[in-house]
Amino acid sequence: MILRLALASLIARILTVGMTILAIALSVALFLGVEKVRTGAKASFADTISGTDLIVGARSGSVQLLLYSVFRIGNATNNVTWKSYQDIAALQNVDWIVPISLGDSHRQFRVMGTTQAFFEHYKYRQGRSLEVAAGGIMDDLFDTVIGADVAAKLGYSVDDPIVVAHGLASFTEHKDQPFRVSGILEKTGTPVDRTVIISMEAIEAIHVDWQGGAQVPGQSTPANVIRGMDLMPRAVTAALVGVESPLQTFAMQRAINEYSEEPLLAILPGVAMQELWGIVGIAETALLAVSSMVVITALIGMMATIFSSLNERRREMAIFRAMGARPATILGMLVFEAVVMAAFGALLGLAFLYIGLTIAQPIVDSAFGLWLPIDEPTIQEVWVILGVICSGAIVSLAPAIRAYRMSLVDGMMVKT
Amino acid sequence: MQVTGTVLKLSDVGYRWPGRWAFSLTVPALTVKAGEALLLLGESGSGKSTLLSLICGTIPPNEGAINIVGTDLAKLSGGGRDRFRAEQIGVIFQQFNLLPFGSVVDNVLLPLHFAPKRRKRAGDAVAEATNLCKALGLPRDIIYAKANKLSVGQQQRVAVARALIGQPPLIIADEPTSALDADSQATFLELLFAQTAAHNTSLLMVSHDQRLCKQFDRVVCMEDIAQVKRIAA
Repeated sequence: MILRLALASLIARILTVGMTILAIALSVALFLGVEKVRTGAKASFADTISGTDLIVGARSGSVQLLLYSVFRIGNATNNVTWKSYQDIAALQNVDWIVPISLGDSHRQFRVMGTTQAFFEHYKYRQGRSLEVAAGGIMDDLFDTVIGADVAAKLGYSVDDPIVVAHGLASFTEHKDQPFRVSGILEKTGTPVDRTVIISMEAIEAIHVDWQGGAQVPGQSTPANVIRGMDLMPRAVTAALVGVESPLQTFAMQRAINEYSEEPLLAILPGVAMQELWGIVGIAETALLAVSSMVVITALIGMMATIFSSLNERRREMAIFRAMGARPATILGMLVFEAVVMAAFGALLGLAFLYIGLTIAQPIVDSAFGLWLPIDEPTIQEVWVILGVICSGAIVSLAPAIRAYRMSLVDGMMVKT
Repeated sequence: MQVTGTVLKLSDVGYRWPGRWAFSLTVPALTVKAGEALLLLGESGSGKSTLLSLICGTIPPNEGAINIVGTDLAKLSGGGRDRFRAEQIGVIFQQFNLLPFGSVVDNVLLPLHFAPKRRKRAGDAVAEATNLCKALGLPRDIIYAKANKLSVGQQQRVAVARALIGQPPLIIADEPTSALDADSQATFLELLFAQTAAHNTSLLMVSHDQRLCKQFDRVVCMEDIAQVKRIAA
């Protein structure tokens, strides 16, 4: 009954109480939302490549190899010779191997030379394969398959001609050999979306008239002549390797790392991914810190609301005191109020989160390739909500103790 | 609750206000007998409010004894005094007596939540609240109305019903008629006296309005029973 009156008192101040609850709700929704995006991003990040057991490249750092081979960030310091590639391919227990050749670009997008096997073996988001949205996988030397972002950004459709530039962010374009868009891939949310894929032979073909990084003056080999040439690749940038049994992964990694002909590096994508996330994790922690600050701000806002209500409620407290309520009862009522506001705020915040997720999920997925799962609240989220409610009780102690003191001094006589 | 003899007895009560400008209030003797209606006349600043706070137990005296139906408040703890007030004293303020967000019945039953014995005495509390409201001339269906929808006169009567519920032996009223016009004052007092007489309840009312004197059994002036002095630091 006393609690019912405390609730009635809250309802009587519905405007300020409602605003306080709304502020808490939004902060909790933000906090939980950031947490969702964070875990979603982490999962999406880890989902960039799956099904590949080893990535092989020239010896450098594991994060660097991962960055340039999978995320198309940075460059390889060195290539792997075609001979080494074939030696690895010939190793026992190698189930499949896909070569990757990088170094050219089309507008702001990277060009990647590879084989048909790439489309078969490259997997993302727990084993999903690349799907062709329009057209088909390249079957001619001058065919190219482009990622969804490339097509969307540059407005390409199937059969459009494109010109590949040598080097990155370079103005010297391989004008002699225009390519044709043979297919456009479905959006994956991985760097493949931002990649122009051509065959390994095509990489050689566009470099026929180039020596030492510059075009030989006056030399321009026609396409039909190039078609007749031997376009055996001389080097690859990296290779994706699948082994027959996961148990052999470490043995093979060691074998490749100890390859005597050339310094090579083989990495486990998952391990390198963890290492990379450890670096990115600082930003993630900062994001979490900022959103927890927002929650704290909302709770301090509630404390301010309670503080400012104390004066206008002196009469109410005096009545309670005159009727025999102890100062401790007054304190308890204020803490109860805060707990009710914080609980309503936290639960409303959870509701906002789910409404927001329902609306944003398809948009975020198509725009950023970030999949935000809508599940029942996790244990962590329940802890967050309980934490907010407890923090609400704790911050309310400050105004509650003030009310306690005031009601001790005022007693039941308030001069209004 | 039927009480005979003395309901309230103050003896050699002394109280010092805390703070730098130390003032003290002394009340050598004050008694209220069972069923008696006593008017305490005093101007503002005469220490009335402090005296009421002492009697109600929201502040403890520095010396002396405050006996209410045989219990010395000065010997009780703060919580004990709060409980005692809930059980034994009905309080009526000048105005703004009611919790505006509660219904009439919420307000009338409020003291019973802090006083289990008084609740027992009240029996069917809602029925008693309804009867009291009826006896005080309030409309029949008023008890579920929200307190802030009532007129000031109606609010004061609800405050009387709240003071009377569970029949505490003593009612303390702090200028309960000052917010009412002359006609309402007279009706209000008539109804109050009828109820206190019916339950043999003692009434201690504080006012500065001398016109009320003739309706009370006994009238005392604040300056005759109490002294306010500045203490040399």
